[in-house]
Amino acid sequence: MSTVKMLSYIKRDSPVHRLNGVTKLITFLAWTVVCMLSYDTRVLLTAMVFSLIIFKLAKIHLKEVGFILVFICFFLLLNDAAIYFFSPEEGVRIYGARHLIFQISDRYTVTQEQLFYLFNVTLKYLTVVPIALLFLLTTDPSEFAASLTGIRVPYKLSYAVSITLRYIADIQTDFHNISQAQQARGVDLSKKTSLKKRISGIAIIAVPLIFSSLDRIDLISNAMDLRGFGKKEKRTWYSARPFQKADYCVITAVVILSIIGLLITFLDGQRFFNPFIS
Amino acid sequence: MQNPIIDFSNFSFQYRAQSNPTLIDINLKINSGEKIIIAGPSGSGKSTLGYCINGLIPHFYKGNISGNLWIEGQNAANLKIFDISKFVGTVLQDSDGQFVAQTVGDDIAFALENDAIDQKEMISRVEKTSRLVDIHTHLGSTPKELSGGQKQRVSLAGVLIDQVNILLFDEPLANLDPATGRYAMELIDDLAKNTGATVIIIEHRLEDVLWRPMDRIVLMGEGRIVADTTPDKILTSGLLGKFGIREPLYVTALKYAGIKITEEMHPSDVSLMNMDTITKPLQHWYEQTVENESNLSSNSVLSFSDVCFSYSAERVVLDNISFKICEGEMTAIVGKNGAGKSTLCKLICGFEKPDKGTIALFGKDMSHVSIRERADYVGLVMQNPNQMISQVMIRDEVGLGLKLRDIPQKEISERVEETLRICGLYPYRNWPISALSYGQKKRVTIASILVMEPQIILLDEPTAGQDLRHYTEIMEFLQMLQKRGKTILLITHDMHLILEYTQRAIVLADGKLICDNHPAKVLTDDRVIRLANLKETSLFSLAKYAAISDPFEFVKKFISFDREARQTCQQ
Repeated sequence: MSTVKMLSYIKRDSPVHRLNGVTKLITFLAWTVVCMLSYDTRVLLTAMVFSLIIFKLAKIHLKEVGFILVFICFFLLLNDAAIYFFSPEEGVRIYGARHLIFQISDRYTVTQEQLFYLFNVTLKYLTVVPIALLFLLTTDPSEFAASLTGIRVPYKLSYAVSITLRYIADIQTDFHNISQAQQARGVDLSKKTSLKKRISGIAIIAVPLIFSSLDRIDLISNAMDLRGFGKKEKRTWYSARPFQKADYCVITAVVILSIIGLLITFLDGQRFFNPFIS
Repeated sequence: MQNPIIDFSNFSFQYRAQSNPTLIDINLKINSGEKIIIAGPSGSGKSTLGYCINGLIPHFYKGNISGNLWIEGQNAANLKIFDISKFVGTVLQDSDGQFVAQTVGDDIAFALENDAIDQKEMISRVEKTSRLVDIHTHLGSTPKELSGGQKQRVSLAGVLIDQVNILLFDEPLANLDPATGRYAMELIDDLAKNTGATVIIIEHRLEDVLWRPMDRIVLMGEGRIVADTTPDKILTSGLLGKFGIREPLYVTALKYAGIKITEEMHPSDVSLMNMDTITKPLQHWYEQTVENESNLSSNSVLSFSDVCFSYSAERVVLDNISFKICEGEMTAIVGKNGAGKSTLCKLICGFEKPDKGTIALFGKDMSHVSIRERADYVGLVMQNPNQMISQVMIRDEVGLGLKLRDIPQKEISERVEETLRICGLYPYRNWPISALSYGQKKRVTIASILVMEPQIILLDEPTAGQDLRHYTEIMEFLQMLQKRGKTILLITHDMHLILEYTQRAIVLADGKLICDNHPAKVLTDDRVIRLANLKETSLFSLAKYAAISDPFEFVKKFISFDREARQTCQQ
C-alpha cells in the first residue's frame, strides 16, 4: 500500500505542479536522453544542480520520497560495486591513462580513472532520478492521460493508463483483505514453510483476487459504455491544462539546454569528459 | 392520451447462453414524468428489463429479442447504446465501481468528454450539475475520500449532465446505510420534480423506496409482469409475499393484529395512513401479546476492553471500545460506512493489533496469538464469496483449511462430509463451485469456515444484495448454527435483519461504541439513530400514530411475536 502511495500524485500548488503534463513529459524525456547519453561530468553536474533546484521549486519534501531515495541509493551502490567487480579497469580503458592509487590484488586495482568513471555513472542516476520522481509526483494522473493524448497517443490507450492508476489502490486493498482471510484459513506465506507450500499458498490468494478483479472489470466496462466511451474519434478532457506561457518557456529552455548539453558532450568526439589527458 | 416514453410490446428476450427466455411477453408502457418501481426476486428478470432500457441489451449482452421496444418514440432495435445514453441515464448499484475517473469533477464530466465537448463548457456544466446534487464542494476529491452516499451523488451527477429524460436506478439502496438510503430517495424525488425526468427504480426493498411517493409498482416474477399497479393496491393484493418481496414491517404488524388492509387506508405511507380503523385493534393486539424473553447464557466468549486503534496518527478508527459477546448469541455490528466496523472485525481476527487495550477470546488474552491460531476460535466469512473461493470443487474448497493444517485425509473427508450435511450442500458435494447460485456459494464459504470448528463465526454483510428468499435462506441457516451453540457476529446495514434475528446490536459511530442493546432499543433511540445513520423502524412510527402507550415495548412485542410466527410457519 505505502510504496505505491509514495509514487503517486501529491496534490500541491507549485510552479512545477502548474505546468502542463506534456511539458513535464517532454522535460522528463529530454532530461533522460541527455543524461543517459552523456558521461560529461560538466553537463551532468549542471543537470544535477538544476534538478535539485526544480525539486525545491516543486515543494516536495524529502521525507515524502525518503524511502524511495534510500532504495535507489542502495541499488546505485550495488550497481557501482558490480561494475567494479566485473570490470575494475573500465576507467583506464576509457580514459586511456592509469593513475594507480593502490592495489588489492592482481586483478583488482584502484585507479583514479576507475573512481572517476564510477563517480560519473552515479552522477547520471542522481540526475535522472529526481526528475523521474518529480514527474510522477507532480502530474495528476487524469491530466497525464490528457497529456498523452496531447502527444498523439490514441485516447483509448491513454485512458487505459489512467484507469489502471485509478484501480491499483482498490486491487491492492482487495489483495490485502483476501490474503488476510486466507491466512486465517491456514495459508502460510512465511519463510518457515516449504517453497512448494508457499507457491500453492500464493495460488489460493491469487485465484479469488483474479475472479473478483474480473467482476470489477465487467462493471467498469459496462459503466463506461453506458456513458458513451469510445463513441467518437476524438475526446476532450475535463482536466486538460491549456498550454501557457510558462510551458512554452520551459520547453524552449529544455530544448536549448539539451542541445547545449549534447554539443558539449559530443564536440570533442567522445561521450566522456577526460581530465586525465589534456 | 400522451405517448409513452418507454413502450414494450410483446417483448421477449433470451440470453444466448440460456435455454429459457428471461423476459416473456412483456407489455409495459411508461409515461413521461412517472416514477416507477420495478420489483421482483433475483432471477425474475427485473435487471434484464433494465438492461433492455439502457441498451446493454443487445449491445453488451447478446441474445434473441422478439417483439418491440420503443424509447422516446424510436425503435430501440435501431439505436446504438450511445444514442440511448443520450436519453437514458443509468445509475448502477455499485457506485464505487461506476466511478471511472480519478476525481469527482473528472467523473461527472466523463460523458461530456466522450462527446468531445469543449473544455470551457464542460467546466461550467460540471459546476452546475454538481450543485444540483450538492457535491460541488468536492470536485477535486478522489473516490477514497468520499462516503457511499457521496459516491452515489457523483454517479447521479454523471448521468444528469447529459440532460437525460429517463433516470434508471439499479438497486440504488443496496450499498447505503439506512439514513443515506433515505436521503438518496429524497434526492431522487426532488430531482424528478425539478427536472421532470422519468424515474425507474429497480429495487426489492419496497419499504425503503416508498419513503417518497411513487406512481406505480411493476412486479416481476419468472420473466413476466405479474402486477402493474399503484403501491396502495399492491400492498393490499397479497402478491408481494407470493413473489418474494418483503412487505413493509408496519403492514406485517397490521396483519398480525388481524386488521384487513384496504386500499382506502393508504397503506403505502405510514405517516399518511388512515388510522381510524387501525388504532383500536392494534392497541388490543398490543395489550394481548406477551413477550417471550429468550434466555441466553452469560458465558463470555469474546471481550474487548478499552481497545483503541488507528491506522495513522491523524484519525482514530476505534476509540476505547469495550464490550462482551456471550456464548450462543447472534449480535449485529451496525453503523455508517467508515464507522470502524470492518476494522473491529480485523482486530478480532488478529489481522490488526490494537494500539491499546486487550481483546480476549474465552478469557484468554489474544495479543500474542497468531492469525492462524486465532482461526481455531473465530472464523471470518467475507462479504463476496468470490473473494474466498479458490478451488474448483466444493469438497476441496470446504476441506482447504483442514488440508493446510496437515490433518490426515481420512479425517478431512469425514469432517467435510459432516459439514456439508449441516449446510445442506451434501447433494452437491462433487459439483464444481461454478455451477452454484450466489446463495449456495455463500453457503460454501460459510461451510469452509465451519469445518474448522470455530466457536465464533464472524460475517461481513452476509445478506448484502440478496433478495428475500436468499436472505431468509442465509439467515435461517445462521440461526440453525446458532441453535447448535455457535456464537454469531455480523456486520450489517439491514435493519430488518437486526429486528428479525439478532439478540443484540452494537452500534459504532465515528470510532466510538455508542450503544450496545436490544435491537428494539437501538432502532427506537433517537440519538443512536442520528449518530449512526440508522433509521427509526416504521413499527415505532406506527405505534406512535396508533397512540400506543409504550412504542418501544410495542416493537419488542412485535419482534417476539414475529419470531414465533415465522417459526410455526416453518414447522
